[in-house]
Amino acid sequence: MKKSFVIAFAAAGAVLLGATYSQAGSHSKTVSPEMAMIKDGVFEKSLTGGVGDAEKGKKTFANRKLGNCLACHANKDLANLPFHGEVGPPLDGVAGRYEEKQLRAIMINSKAVLGEATIMPSFYRLENGVRTLKKFSGKTILNAEQVEDVIAYLKTLK
Amino acid sequence: MGITTRFTKLTLATIGAFALSSSIALADADDNELVIEGMKMTTMVEGAEDGPVDEVYSGWRFRSEETQALETDDFENPAFSAVDRGKELWTTVTGSEGKSCASCHDKAEDTMKGVRASMPKWDKATSKPITLEQQINRCRKDRLGAEKIKFDNADMLAMTSYIGLQSRGMPVNVDTSGPMSEWAEKGKKIYYTRVGQLDMSCANCHEDNYGKRIRADHLSQGQINGFPTYRLKWNGLGSVHRRFKGCMKNIRAKPYKVGGDEFVALELYVASRGQGLSVETPAVRN
Repeated sequence: MKKSFVIAFAAAGAVLLGATYSQAGSHSKTVSPEMAMIKDGVFEKSLTGGVGDAEKGKKTFANRKLGNCLACHANKDLANLPFHGEVGPPLDGVAGRYEEKQLRAIMINSKAVLGEATIMPSFYRLENGVRTLKKFSGKTILNAEQVEDVIAYLKTLK
Repeated sequence: MGITTRFTKLTLATIGAFALSSSIALADADDNELVIEGMKMTTMVEGAEDGPVDEVYSGWRFRSEETQALETDDFENPAFSAVDRGKELWTTVTGSEGKSCASCHDKAEDTMKGVRASMPKWDKATSKPITLEQQINRCRKDRLGAEKIKFDNADMLAMTSYIGLQSRGMPVNVDTSGPMSEWAEKGKKIYYTRVGQLDMSCANCHEDNYGKRIRADHLSQGQINGFPTYRLKWNGLGSVHRRFKGCMKNIRAKPYKVGGDEFVALELYVASRGQGLSVETPAVRN
């Protein structure tokens, strides 16, 4: 199953490659989701080629329509907001437990790092569950910039 | 008022349980006992040896004390205006044949006892399982000469809650043998299939993570022994299929059709996961 998944992934990547490059334009350094392949639980390169904005990342983290990270992860840095979830581990001190390249890999494709059984969504992957609503199909949950912003924010949680 | 003092004590116990929750993988159904109008309900049964969970819990056990209390008293339960309406409809003549439900089924208290507990059940006419709503529509069309109505039509919910009430306290007992087994399997497959952009299956929340908080919500096992259920969030009653639909949308998936084969199969399978729990129809949830 894993193997066919990888093949499908590669095939989708090949088909969409042209489109991705033609769209790239001013974001020529942006890594497309098809190209963001996780190896050994890490992804070294910034998806945007630059450093994320931690302040924006904090907002994306909390926003229910974007990261909605708080739905599952408690985070003392956002103690001012109600209802922190318990489904995933608390993220206090997460910067000390994971390197940036690991955090990026988990965010891009949680399953490739945490295992196929994880409930965590993959925030920068196109191959998700079946029957995705039209409005969201062919789209990643977050874009490259938002992923980098959240990583920059997570790095402040020491 | 006796309820209030009892709940105060229980609240403290619940807070204690939450404090521990981060170190306990699966816990967190509370220990409260559900007694409705003097009748004790079974809200926990041991899971089958080869079953998916060790303990099977009614969703009631995951709700706040305030929400729990609403279900213990039929005067407080906001679903009961619909039940009253259902009782009225039972004897109201409708359709071209000059009949009401009571014309064939006499007193619902006698003839509808146990019906909710064993739905969906096998329907020879269509060679498929049939839900309570579909059976009501069958009667409307074939016996009363009335038009079919939707699952979440106010009159349908009045009927399903009134009929369901006649099984309150009885154990869920759906048949998954013989021709039903194929449908239960189909439902099981849907239950474990990841859907939507958020890429989750029913099991990710309701089997792997019940008892935990997801934002403001306390994840239950997703049992359906209380449907149709009055949801405070809906400010009204809703069918099982409506609830399934809401879950799928939350995961950013295109829901299956209400009354369609997929949801009927899923309803059968989810009901079978709750075998032995008391029917709580009409339950109250948040």
